[in-house]
Amino acid sequence: MYGLGILKGLGVTLKHFVNTYVEDIRLGSGKFLGTAFEHRQGVDSRGLYTVEYPDEKIAVPERFRFVPFLVVEDDDHPDRPGHDWCTSCGICAKVCPPQCIWIVRGTDAATGRPKPEPEAFYIDIDICMNCGFCAEFCPFDAIKMDHDYELATYDRTTTNIHDKEKLSKPFSYWKTIAPTTAYEEMVARGGWEHTDIIKERKKADAAAAKAAAAAAPKVGDSQTTVPPLAADVAAQDRADAVQAVAPVAEAIAAADAPEAAAAPVVDEEAAKAERLRKREAAMARKHAKKDGE
Amino acid sequence: MTDQIAAPVTTDPNSIAAAIDVLKQKFPDAVSDDTRQGYSGIIVDKNKLVDVATTMRDELGFDLLSSATAVDYLGIADELEMVYHAYRTSGGPALLFKAKTERENAAIPSLIGVWPGADFQEREAWDLYGIQFPGHPNLRRILLWEGFAGHPMRKDWKEPYYEEEHKPFESRWPSGHVYRVEELSPYGKNVQYPDDMDVSQWLGVSDQGVNEPVYESMGLGVDIQHISDGEELATDRLIVNLGPQHPSTHGVFRMVVTMNGETIEALEPVMGYLHRNHEQIGERNTYIQNIPFTDRLDYISSMGNNQGYVQAIEQLLSLGNRYQPPTYRAEVIRVLMVELNRIVNHFWALGFLLNDLGAFFTPMLYALEAREKILDFFEATAGARLLYNYMRFGGVNKDLPERIHSVANLVNDQVRDFNTMDYLTTLISEELPRAIEEFNYYLTGNEILKARMVGVGVLPADVAVATSCTGPLLRGSGVAYDIRRAEPYSIYPELDFDVAVRYNGDIFDRYMVRLDEMSESVRILKQILPRLEATQGESIIAGTPQYAVRVPIGEAYGRVENPKGELGYYVVSAGDSKGTQNPWRYHVRAPSFINLTALGIMAKGNKIADVVAILGSIDIVLGETDR
Repeated sequence: MYGLGILKGLGVTLKHFVNTYVEDIRLGSGKFLGTAFEHRQGVDSRGLYTVEYPDEKIAVPERFRFVPFLVVEDDDHPDRPGHDWCTSCGICAKVCPPQCIWIVRGTDAATGRPKPEPEAFYIDIDICMNCGFCAEFCPFDAIKMDHDYELATYDRTTTNIHDKEKLSKPFSYWKTIAPTTAYEEMVARGGWEHTDIIKERKKADAAAAKAAAAAAPKVGDSQTTVPPLAADVAAQDRADAVQAVAPVAEAIAAADAPEAAAAPVVDEEAAKAERLRKREAAMARKHAKKDGE
Repeated sequence: MTDQIAAPVTTDPNSIAAAIDVLKQKFPDAVSDDTRQGYSGIIVDKNKLVDVATTMRDELGFDLLSSATAVDYLGIADELEMVYHAYRTSGGPALLFKAKTERENAAIPSLIGVWPGADFQEREAWDLYGIQFPGHPNLRRILLWEGFAGHPMRKDWKEPYYEEEHKPFESRWPSGHVYRVEELSPYGKNVQYPDDMDVSQWLGVSDQGVNEPVYESMGLGVDIQHISDGEELATDRLIVNLGPQHPSTHGVFRMVVTMNGETIEALEPVMGYLHRNHEQIGERNTYIQNIPFTDRLDYISSMGNNQGYVQAIEQLLSLGNRYQPPTYRAEVIRVLMVELNRIVNHFWALGFLLNDLGAFFTPMLYALEAREKILDFFEATAGARLLYNYMRFGGVNKDLPERIHSVANLVNDQVRDFNTMDYLTTLISEELPRAIEEFNYYLTGNEILKARMVGVGVLPADVAVATSCTGPLLRGSGVAYDIRRAEPYSIYPELDFDVAVRYNGDIFDRYMVRLDEMSESVRILKQILPRLEATQGESIIAGTPQYAVRVPIGEAYGRVENPKGELGYYVVSAGDSKGTQNPWRYHVRAPSFINLTALGIMAKGNKIADVVAILGSIDIVLGETDR
């Protein structure tokens, strides 16, 4: 019968239409409470459902990439609040495909030699192609891809070159928007702190252990009891950190107490990753030195 | 027509060597091996090129000229070279041959008489490299306009915003000085015209027709208005411009249609409105920097673009001694991604084809509904919905996430949280087959669509092969040529699937081929799922990812069966014998571009209203066509 195909097609259209309301009924008041959102945006949803932007927005997944930002220490960091994680090694500027990153390497005013922090950092977000290479290859986890895609402006010529001030966001922000990734990076670094701090702490730990070892034979010295105690505390911290490994949320909670989580994770893989990272950092420094000359 | 397709071919792995031997015997003076380090194939004396090519096609069965492109060896050999890749549609590797010419007054005989598919590619080589092709009937610029001074792919040509030969640019670090490119080279002041050109007198391809013979011969003068005001319905000859701003052209693409009444007498595609000299950008870039740029070619199926490029570079890397092939899990993930992307692409193509046919946006939205679920997975895995930048040399960027979840960050953010493998399993084993079946049930039987599609825009198999068509366009014409089977790559040899073929070569068959292919992709994906489970936790990339890759010198042609056809990357690493950081030559053999060769042939004799549908059935993306 001619026209049967058309009728079949209209049936499908009708089914789609009806499905929308079937789902509404099935989900009950969830439709209004917002609990139905996940189902309706899920893989097995039926019917039509509009996300009412901007009253509703689909939160982007963790790996979503939009223009980069620079990680700085939180304001309540005990040692160096607001300090850049960036060491101005320049890898991001070199790997950037559209070359939209400009960095001025910092110099020490006293000696005139380069110091590992950027004096200026610009990203032209008109040019940025959101590829994420800068974040991928940064050996210090200092540049990350953001989730904030609402960057519309009235005048692109004055607002769209982001300077260091505009780019900088605290480390806790990165932990909020990408908890899993931040956690994986923590494991790779060996602690929640910046690589440099971790290294310094390790050095200090090693020195303390050495001092303890040197002090240990001197029986009767009143000082001897102190270093082992410190070592115990450190061991306890380590245990805490290892315990926090499993669920991400807990790990983040642990991170809020910086001292506790700063201890290195004793884990073979983490150690391996750490070695790798260290080597990369060393290479980066080497390059920086070479390029500086 | 079939005897050309089923040419007598041995499937002997040495058949390329055997073919070269035959050519050497027949043309002892004109054919020699390419003995440069890392190169393969033969070098043909340009004076004998047409004879050698004819022999290749008629006696050796190389009926498909896949790629024809030029390379400028300025500073190395100081000559230009045309590089051709010819294939047999029965399968097997390429017969790679080259012809050389001096840089001044460069000229190489046209192969358009042997393979009509050389048409656009030779025009491109003329446009970008300034090589003349004696024998080409219509050798005009194709991507650039006539008012462009010079041939931009030549190594001594510099663009208006020229900064340095290669990235990274020195001005970025350690003492970067930020500026906007417009400040360096203000708009309007960076244009050069050829010396012999008066821009005010210039006429575009369609205006030329207005002044000249067509209208004057009818005694109608040059006023188009006057023609359409004619009283009777006599079949006047008209030139109509479809595009560049036209909803049916899927972007900025123009068709200059010469009509007799409503019947098409000739159709000439005009392209280049989105041209950005992708290849030159690619030669400024380092190898890894090109990956995100390839995303922007065919932005509907970026995963396939990534795959073709990384495979080309992996071929080059394998010439070195430190090469590690991609891990098994990496290959599994790559195939997962490209097959999902194929479904995305075909849903998109069919949705828009239906739009073009007048089923305005309802089928499109149903197609997008299914596509959206795949994009959600891509977004959670690769970090983007369209431009993934996902594959790397030796593997992929990131493993699949454990959960597809999000964290509320902006105001009014609504979160979702799914287990990735559960999501994928439901998607592949239930949702996609259902969506494809529903689409089929919804539309295939529709009488209006059949009336518009069956027998319209017919492309015979021999013409399709001769004009170098690939992908669903070729398979819709009855040629079972799919690179995943013809020259298998990745893990396709171990996967069980059929090549979708239909035999009538009309719009309906191209539509059906795409539907079939989606089902075949689902079949592949179902085999991928257990492989994903089995390789859980294995390494996704061979070696350590590096930002500055050194690539051994040589040439490579990496090609994949992209949803739109054969996507090939011809990459040359030359200059430094220790290996290079930037490609010397980076060429994209874009299926959307070359498939358009057949558009004029398909459109001829049809009505003007069908042109839109015929174009839709080729499925082009202008990002790739214009590059």
